[in-house]
Amino acid sequence: MPTTAPTDPAPGLTAYSEVTASEASLRRFLHGLPGVDQVGAEARAAGLGTRSIKTTAKAWALDLAIRMVDLTTLEGQDTPGKVRALASKALRPDPADPSCPSVAAVCVYGDLVGEVKAIVGDQVNVAAVATAFPSGRASMAVKLADTRDAVAGGADEIDMVIDRGAFLAGHYLQVFEEIVATREACVRPDGSHAHLKVIFETGELQTYDNVRRASWLAMLAGADFIKTSTGKVQPAATLPVTLVMLEAVRDFREATGVQIGVKPAGGIRTAKDAIKYLVMVNEVAGDDWLDPDWFRFGASTLLNDLLMQRTKMTTGRYSGPDYFTLD
Amino acid sequence: MARIDVRKTYKLYIGGAFPRSESGYSYEVTDNKGKFVANASLASRKDVRDAVVAARKAFGPWSSRTAYNRGQILYRIAEVMEDRRPQFEEAVRQSEGGSAALARGQVDAAVDRLVWYAGWADKLAQVIGNANPVAGPFFNHTAPEPTGVVGVLAPQESSLLGLVSVVAPVIVTGNTAVVVSSYARPLPAVTFSEVLATSDVPGGVVNILTGDAAALGPWLAAHMDVNAIDLCGVAGSPELATSLEVAAADNLKRVRRAPAAEPDWALDPGLSPMTAFVEQKTVWHPIGI
Repeated sequence: MPTTAPTDPAPGLTAYSEVTASEASLRRFLHGLPGVDQVGAEARAAGLGTRSIKTTAKAWALDLAIRMVDLTTLEGQDTPGKVRALASKALRPDPADPSCPSVAAVCVYGDLVGEVKAIVGDQVNVAAVATAFPSGRASMAVKLADTRDAVAGGADEIDMVIDRGAFLAGHYLQVFEEIVATREACVRPDGSHAHLKVIFETGELQTYDNVRRASWLAMLAGADFIKTSTGKVQPAATLPVTLVMLEAVRDFREATGVQIGVKPAGGIRTAKDAIKYLVMVNEVAGDDWLDPDWFRFGASTLLNDLLMQRTKMTTGRYSGPDYFTLD
Repeated sequence: MARIDVRKTYKLYIGGAFPRSESGYSYEVTDNKGKFVANASLASRKDVRDAVVAARKAFGPWSSRTAYNRGQILYRIAEVMEDRRPQFEEAVRQSEGGSAALARGQVDAAVDRLVWYAGWADKLAQVIGNANPVAGPFFNHTAPEPTGVVGVLAPQESSLLGLVSVVAPVIVTGNTAVVVSSYARPLPAVTFSEVLATSDVPGGVVNILTGDAAALGPWLAAHMDVNAIDLCGVAGSPELATSLEVAAADNLKRVRRAPAAEPDWALDPGLSPMTAFVEQKTVWHPIGI
């Protein structure tokens, strides 16, 4: 994954500088985006969910899904020991099978970044949630300090939340500037920057139109990834919401040449669900996104089900939760 | 105008619901004279998988109920069966043949067997548990605990009494069951599942699959999340039974071995059907605390 900030904005992106120049032009642009056909999006997502993925394709998809997992623990009860155990699991998800790949990243609260880093080193990324996760209710100074802390602690990726209150009130420029400022806070002293994932909390955005607007807003502000949810609000990630976001990154690359990643998080618990998402990534955004650099799953229980299915593929018999760690 | 019969669709029973087979297959069920009776769902390995997941989910709450409560629920199954005796008699006579009186005897015995096991629910621990005398300042006692998810290959011949005689002892001690019914005589098992669904048995405690024990047995026996298996349904096929025992050994499943031939279900079953699927837990307890 490239970790240096591009020195110049992509040429396609400069065409949008006027859009983000003022509250009025930004609003005009976001409300000018074509509306999402809700019934159509849900039917398309449901239709893609019926594809049958078997044998070698399934084995490939399971391994890819494992490599895409952001193994997450975001509980008040997280202890250093629990986080270290999770980090070890991220390195070697299935100790019984050395051919099992590592996951993409471990996602924790900012104060636990060091614990994870001590275990995984550079082999697995460390993601930290920041900006007053999960509600995003704090002053800008606090949010930026939160971000700088995590970056200084060694986080490779920052998962920020947007201010949903401001977004729903129509203060788009405020949200835009918060993302820009957070992105600046992600820059390390050596000029490289931590990857920025922007969480919309789609369960609070009410409509698919809002999801599309938030996606464009975040991408224009310089997000590296757009992420559905914190996992603390129901509904979390759903197939139709992810479909809308995948369409947004696809259209954004066509318009600007800049590729942005997508991360559904929360509520994805079974290997079957994960494969549905992969089918959708391939059909909607294209196979450029079928890579841990461009698509992630924010999940904790999903990994065990992926491992059980993987074990089923290699041993030919159904596995059980007794043979995998509880976390 | 003649009235058109409303025919029942015979489905599986998984997690308290009545789904069709995941595979979409069904098979023809005939009476004992070979005349077509109905189509039954043909369960596939994926139905086994779903049933094990349902049984595992139900195991925690079911095993932590009081033994007294489990007994009451078994007794309730007997009550609801009693209420539907004519339907069971018809189903048993159709699938096993013989006279109406014979079928009635089978149904009566099945209901009585449930009542008998219901009574054992809160008495088994007294009989097979123990306060062990030890040479030290300790209190030491042993008590039976349920094994977990039990796969049951139900008898092929006795479609109701045999079925009840292998399912009741499994669940009365707190296990949950994934049952593969008789292949040629599945309809009493489907009716029995309707009784279970309406008699306070939590969903997932008993899951009944209609299908071929020879096809489903290997998946059940090899499943790493199944803790024990009763091979009664493959009685008379020693080679198949041996291969299932080998598959079951991988995760050290408890196996109740297949008899050489199906036993006479009218006899007193004794305690072994229950003790086969419990584990003895022994606790050392310092005295005076």
